[in-house]
Amino acid sequence: MATLDQGGLPAPLPKPYKPPIVAPGHTTASVTDKISEVVLQRTPKWWFLGFAVSFSLLMVFLVSVTWLLVKGVGVYGINWPIGWGFDIINFVWWIGIGHAGTLISAILLLLRQEWRTSINRFAEAMTLFAVACAGMYPLLHLGRPWLFYWLLPYPNTMNLWPQFRSPLIWDVFAVSTYATVSALFWYVGLVPDLATLRDRSTNRVARIVYGFGAMGWRGSAAHWHNYETAYLLLAGLATPLVLSVHTVVSFDFAIGIIPGWHATIFPPYFVAGAIYAGFAMVLTLAIPLRHLFKLEDFITTRHLQNMGKVMLATGLIVVYGYMTELFFAWYSGNTYEMFMAWNRVFGPYRYHWYMLIACNAVVPQFLWFRRVRTSPLWLFAISMVVSVGMWLERFVIIVTSLHRDFLPASWGLYHGTIWDWGTFIGTMGLFLTLFFLFIRFLPTISIFEMRTIVPGSHGGEYTEVPR
Amino acid sequence: MSGLQHPAKRLPLYGLMAEFNSSDALIAAAHRVHDEGFTKVDAFTPYPIEEVSEALGHHRSKLPGIVLGGGILGGIGGYLLQYWTQVIVYPMNVGGRPVHSWPAFIVPTFETTILGAALAAVFGMFFLNGLPQPYHPVFNVPRFAMASRDRYFMVIESKDPKFDLEATRRFLSELNASEVTEVAR
Repeated sequence: MATLDQGGLPAPLPKPYKPPIVAPGHTTASVTDKISEVVLQRTPKWWFLGFAVSFSLLMVFLVSVTWLLVKGVGVYGINWPIGWGFDIINFVWWIGIGHAGTLISAILLLLRQEWRTSINRFAEAMTLFAVACAGMYPLLHLGRPWLFYWLLPYPNTMNLWPQFRSPLIWDVFAVSTYATVSALFWYVGLVPDLATLRDRSTNRVARIVYGFGAMGWRGSAAHWHNYETAYLLLAGLATPLVLSVHTVVSFDFAIGIIPGWHATIFPPYFVAGAIYAGFAMVLTLAIPLRHLFKLEDFITTRHLQNMGKVMLATGLIVVYGYMTELFFAWYSGNTYEMFMAWNRVFGPYRYHWYMLIACNAVVPQFLWFRRVRTSPLWLFAISMVVSVGMWLERFVIIVTSLHRDFLPASWGLYHGTIWDWGTFIGTMGLFLTLFFLFIRFLPTISIFEMRTIVPGSHGGEYTEVPR
Repeated sequence: MSGLQHPAKRLPLYGLMAEFNSSDALIAAAHRVHDEGFTKVDAFTPYPIEEVSEALGHHRSKLPGIVLGGGILGGIGGYLLQYWTQVIVYPMNVGGRPVHSWPAFIVPTFETTILGAALAAVFGMFFLNGLPQPYHPVFNVPRFAMASRDRYFMVIESKDPKFDLEATRRFLSELNASEVTEVAR
């Protein structure tokens, strides 16, 4: 991928041998057939089962949201002083998960990590669906979600404008830009593959639908030239964007003068946590996917191991963030900061904190062992644990910082109600439903990019396998 | 020579299409065709091959300029939107702080810059490539469906000043093409 080299950069040095990122014996024809077959063959039985379960969970979301609209946000567990409950916890959790896709497709592209090619397509899809789930929460939390467009600057008869000094408006801009750019990036990557499906499907309806999506793509050299430029520029634009999104999400907290939130460590700590959670979710999806669609030739052990390494590295940054928070609470000498840290570790929510440390700091240390990193079962289990841990992290940050503030008279406790949980499980249903539709109707691996990395192809300027 | 039996041969010809089995053959052919002085030439490949674009003379894309313009417009637009709403039409006094609080405006300005540039990159690319294009003559050749799998094609258009049906056909056959086909318009 990215054969564009207009800046006249020197040729990269020869790299030491690494195991190939595609199983031996594949050609441009075989990768095309194998990946498009997944979409063009008859629907496997397990797909219907998976889709049925996901769709049932989506109906839980429908019921929960309907009840919310009937009764108002009182159905949630939020109260004073904990005005931000599950809605913001789940918003941050989902948007964090939504970081891995763009990271893989953009940053790893710029860093010339060719192994990204097998996983970038579905990681980007995962990003889009996670952002869709995340976007639900602030809107539902509004109380009157049908007035969400008041968040946007538009000329209106009330002569009101949004408050641009508020991190919440920054969030609107960051998340909507991220959703738009991720969707465009994903679609641009899909166009040549939609053309492949158009050319290869025998079903007339499928040919027409994929043909619309492909917009008449014909693989012209002149087109590829502009296409590669656009793809590389989009990667360059998405890189600062993906780092900015979770930074802005962390500003939602860091700008507020609440002990436990008002910390300069927040932006990098949140971004690392987002990548950590995102890679955990990519592994959670990739491991069953490669098994069910028999894509082990393309998503190899090397991919799993590399993702395990990224998880370990970002996990350590997150642990550093936890230590820094505690250290600065003590170092600040501020009563309220110190009390917040004490309360986090020994207060009513101490078990959440212990679980958080166990999930996010202790369990991932197993990734130091190659045996664990190369075992799909172990990786799957660890990434599940990390997803739980990252959810607990947001719970701890939001609830323990709010529930005992400066004035003991206003202290309180918080727990999610059945509708909080219903909405949360419901967005998992939304996520899985979209994902099942995606793996059924679109190529889960970027076909044209895989063609560039098979041995003997001329596309990959950074080909690691001998030509 | 199956191309001669093409049912659409009475229609004006779009050009001649040569099919190649390998990217190496296409790259070599692209160089030869360019050296020979053909200008209305395009190659079709299943994945981007930089050597082919280079050989056919596609050196600079206009896209980076368009993206830069989009980014600048997005940035200026985003900042002016905030200045206009927060300073001119809806000033809000928060503890006597200045209404033109530019540090707070940086974050949305950054986001609108990226948004403008990304929209310019995507729509600029589609515009420069003339997409969406529902009809194109190359799709009249049934074997062209393989262009999105593992075959490499090259088309010399009939409007090329050097185009001559027989001479060009012979020239393409000499370039290791596995098949040369007429493309109906």
